Amino acid sequence: MVRESGEVVRDEHSGISERNRAYWRANLKLGTVLLTIWFVVSFGFGILLVEPLNRIPFFGFKLGFWWAQQGAIYVFIVLIFVYAWAMKRLDRKYDVHD
Amino acid sequence: MDVKLLTYLFVGLSFALYIGIAIWSRAASTREFYVAGGHVHPIANGMATAADWMSAASFISMAGIIAFMGYDGTVYLMGWTGGYVVLALLLAPYLRKFGEFTVPDFIGSRYYGNTARVVAVICLIVVSFTYVAGQMRGVGIVFSQFLDVDITLGVVIGMAVVFMYAVLGGMKGITYTQVAQYCVLIFAYLVPAIFISMLITGVPIPQFGLGAAVADGSGVPVLQRLDDTLAELGFSPYTEGAKSTIDVFAITMALMIGTAGLPHVIVRFFTVPKVSDARKSAGYALLFIALLYTTAPAVGAFARLNFIDTVHDNAYSDTAPWFRSWENIGLIGWLDKNGDGAIQYAPGAPFEGAPSFATERGPQGERLVVNPATDSANEVYVDRDIMVLANPEIAALPPWVIALVAAGGLAAALSTAAGLLLVISTSVSHDLIKKTLARGISDRQELLYARIAAALAIGVAGYLGINPPGFVAQVVAFAFGLAAASLFPAILMGIFSLRMNREGAVSGMLVGLGFTFAYIVYFKFVAPELNTAEHWWFGISPEGIGTLGAAANFATAFAVSAFTRPVPAEVQALVHRIRVPRGVETPHAH
Repeated sequence: MVRESGEVVRDEHSGISERNRAYWRANLKLGTVLLTIWFVVSFGFGILLVEPLNRIPFFGFKLGFWWAQQGAIYVFIVLIFVYAWAMKRLDRKYDVHD
Repeated sequence: MDVKLLTYLFVGLSFALYIGIAIWSRAASTREFYVAGGHVHPIANGMATAADWMSAASFISMAGIIAFMGYDGTVYLMGWTGGYVVLALLLAPYLRKFGEFTVPDFIGSRYYGNTARVVAVICLIVVSFTYVAGQMRGVGIVFSQFLDVDITLGVVIGMAVVFMYAVLGGMKGITYTQVAQYCVLIFAYLVPAIFISMLITGVPIPQFGLGAAVADGSGVPVLQRLDDTLAELGFSPYTEGAKSTIDVFAITMALMIGTAGLPHVIVRFFTVPKVSDARKSAGYALLFIALLYTTAPAVGAFARLNFIDTVHDNAYSDTAPWFRSWENIGLIGWLDKNGDGAIQYAPGAPFEGAPSFATERGPQGERLVVNPATDSANEVYVDRDIMVLANPEIAALPPWVIALVAAGGLAAALSTAAGLLLVISTSVSHDLIKKTLARGISDRQELLYARIAAALAIGVAGYLGINPPGFVAQVVAFAFGLAAASLFPAILMGIFSLRMNREGAVSGMLVGLGFTFAYIVYFKFVAPELNTAEHWWFGISPEGIGTLGAAANFATAFAVSAFTRPVPAEVQALVHRIRVPRGVETPHAH
């Protein structure tokens, strides 16, 4: 995407600024938290812990089965909207918004 | 009105709508053809992505697969939805900021060179053609089942419709037809699901109905009843799986990261105006997808219960008409092994392979199966694909619901086919012709090449739909495994690692692709008799091997990049640039 030298130099300069570094670190932190939840509800509750959780009844379901075939999907949706909302705040806080 | 007339009416009206949209949204530039001009509203893009993503397999096959796999069906439910979290958090916003037209575009620029670009194009074409053949086949099956049209003619009609809006409208035409197709398919999926949930539990919302009590006054929850009934017949419980934990884990992971690496899904996020829109749009896409994906397990459980109730221990002459109509087209077969005139349903295959029928009929009018019997107690063969299509008949729903399901199945197949054909034609006209072979061509020439490539791709897809290679169903596992092991790691490292260089990424892609390909080919085609858990590496089936392939890709890439030349400064600048939303540009016409 190197189109004209002027554009690259300008971008390179802003690309390594302290503000952008801090923004990137905050982004990684948020992503790590959300992906941990993603992993716990799907691979954790739905797969690895499904047997112990299945001993707990949950509105006519076994709890592990419910996480695997219903619950995890609902959490996925919430995670993406939380991410979109939180990133929008970070974009503004670090003044890099589009 | 009878079912056939209604089906013609519904399918005809929906096709007229799609073609109308195609004419209204003709693409005038490559930017419109490739990314719909880059100004699709995030909610519209969410719907289009949902239709793009949910194929004939999601609409027709998934609930049936879950019905027969029970808990193990989880791999599809979580695998095909959880990938959107990965896509939204790790890929989509950055690729949107990058601001070009295709996935190979990103890989070619990030890994500075045509080697990476061409490897990416090869991955993309293999993955996408595998998919599209299945879609065209789905179109043919729906036509022949509901409209009494020959499968070949059905595929040709489907090709003509896709041709209209994909070749004329490009991404712009596809986007707005996909929005319409989403509405048709979700309505067609939910209406029968609600009816059946009411019928079995009295609860109109299928997601709650799945946890509710069976409406026979016994107060036993649906899943409990299903577990008990299956136990009586000798099956393992519905809510517990037969697959090993590691295999369920690996398959789910391969489907998730494979989803995130599928080019036809990724490019949908190139069509929204801003980086923040790409994030939001992924949320809407998953919301629209989840409407179907959280309904499917309910449909699956209800269908299994309904199937056992109507079939098991009933005399053939007393069975419902749907049993006979699906038997007539060979998707159900009954072999009266114990000669009692009643149908027994039990674990195991009733006879070897798919049913072949004798010309004469049996004493109760049943079609006589000539396959050699197995020694299981099971007497009935049922193709899993019929569950969704037969459900309205099984539940005795009004004819317009059956007609609606036909239109919905076609919408699901056509929308996915169009999205796939677009990424194939784009990668040919843009990445191979414009960026590699004929660099100087004008925008108008490139647009012409894109249209020609789309038309050719439709021809090949149609041919594959009419003459499916025997292994189409098996190769679907390829698409996800290959995307997971090749494209996904390359894109991810391209965004999150400043040190990942061309040598590392290319060798990683080749190792991931080669390993996954070899493992699948070995177990599926070379030595299918060894395709059992004790021979698999770490107990991981070919369906889940993309997870190990991706791990091999990452490991190779980091090892190689540690010993080869560092990334040039201007490429590092590119990575810094895509990490911040500011300064997003819509891809400009070249």
